[in-house]
Amino acid sequence: MANVLVFAETRGGELRKLATEAVAAARRLADATGGGEVHAFVAGAPGVAQKADALGRYGADVVIALEHPALATFERESIAATIAARAKSASYRAIVLGFSAQGRDLGPRLAAKLDAPIVSDIVDLEVAGDALTVKHPGYANKVMITLTISGSPAIVSVRPSAFSAQESPRTVRAETIAPAADPSAARVKVTQVVEGSKGRPDLADAPVIVAGGRGLKAPENFKLVEDLADAFGNAAVGATRAVTDEGWRPHADQIGQTGRQVSPQLYVAVGISGAIQHLAGMRSSKTIVAINRDKEAPIFKVADYGIIGDVLEVVPALTQAVREAKKGH
Amino acid sequence: MDDFAGYAVEVALQTKEKAGSGEVVVVAVGPDSVQETLRKAMSMGADRAIQLKTDTMPFDGLSIAKALAAELKAGAFDLVFFGKHAFDTSAGVVGTATAELLGLPCVTAASKLEIANGKGSARRELEGAAELVEFALPAVVTIDEGIARPRYPSLKGIMAAKKKPLESRPAQLGPIRVVVKGMALPPDRPPGRIVGEGPGAVTELVKLLQTEAKVL
Repeated sequence: MANVLVFAETRGGELRKLATEAVAAARRLADATGGGEVHAFVAGAPGVAQKADALGRYGADVVIALEHPALATFERESIAATIAARAKSASYRAIVLGFSAQGRDLGPRLAAKLDAPIVSDIVDLEVAGDALTVKHPGYANKVMITLTISGSPAIVSVRPSAFSAQESPRTVRAETIAPAADPSAARVKVTQVVEGSKGRPDLADAPVIVAGGRGLKAPENFKLVEDLADAFGNAAVGATRAVTDEGWRPHADQIGQTGRQVSPQLYVAVGISGAIQHLAGMRSSKTIVAINRDKEAPIFKVADYGIIGDVLEVVPALTQAVREAKKGH
Repeated sequence: MDDFAGYAVEVALQTKEKAGSGEVVVVAVGPDSVQETLRKAMSMGADRAIQLKTDTMPFDGLSIAKALAAELKAGAFDLVFFGKHAFDTSAGVVGTATAELLGLPCVTAASKLEIANGKGSARRELEGAAELVEFALPAVVTIDEGIARPRYPSLKGIMAAKKKPLESRPAQLGPIRVVVKGMALPPDRPPGRIVGEGPGAVTELVKLLQTEAKVL
């Protein structure tokens, strides 16, 4: 029986979907050790603690809130120092984070501060006696690597959508914690946060992703991808590296080996041939739809459903059909 | 050299060129096969190289960071650049953990970088947003895609690299606590099907998404 600490990330004062998934993974880990407690750590501007109460639904026993006005932005140094201080004073079997911009930043800092072993981007975990075994898709998702981690606390970050947030309700005990380092005295100062595409969920959070490739022929045709995403209503927009290298879309939108790795419920590939580097970023999506004029395109090898045709004709028709289907609900 | 390491070398070279003086030292942890990568970086323009030698490449990012921190703790640098993450693990652990072990400020996943007057500013890509940050030197910066295209080594550069100094010494890895137990190919996706051709096929597709895949 061992307790597990989990970093539940927020953005703009709201819990992210990945936070609930990380809590679910921590719950599984704690249960596998014979039923320890899950302690969820949340950081943000005053008021964030109330939001974190919801984590009880997914299996958190304790919510530890670090609140400070300067934490309206992600002040990594202060947050890492505070989590490390907490982990030193309590004994945790593991620390779970999301494999996201925040988790990637915090995990290695905690590993160094606590001299704790770390594995990033896991999709599964198992506890047998003292050994923690995890699965990590390596080499651009081409190989599933099984790793054993010895020592406590083990630090792991979970891939978005790999652990589903399952209801496991319990009554949450709320705690507050003081910052172990002044969040307004960071050596790396955030001077501005530039928000991305308006009103759309992020690639990690969206149940549906519509992505465009060079088959769209010209940057202005990306409007068709945007329109289709709007028709779904809950979709994010992605792109291939060919498209971001051309400057049609920002680099941050790139899905693939060197960009974002996603696994939404539905992935719609528009004018994407399916280069191996792109497949590396999306092949674990639940359902894949491909629209491409070349019936030999490798994307059709991973697609559940394919339509052969000119994207400039097929996509507007699909947008219309999705709108009608949504209306019918 | 993997993609992100290539960007990091390029950024280091540009930083030196802009400053008008300085030295670019490339460091790699690994078996002798990494010497080829170090020579490549020197053919691009790096001045000298250090190999921290291991028999194999451990999967334990913290142990690699410890070897690097032991090498770098003497200081004598303004900036340490890393790729955002390595191709094999995509873990992104080593750069940030090295910074933390050295007690240096660390900027992760920089997609733009300006260095002037002993200070740096960078843009970091977050999920669906970006962050602008400022920091003092010395610092560690991990480099994201889009910042700079790595230059191709010139023939002259390749010839010069053969004569540039490459030191090799044993890596002081910490204990290895993350070990590979097995590797397997991920399960294949079940074969899909072509629903049809042209705009006429969308009705059938939407039906399948509703009734079969149940995602709409």
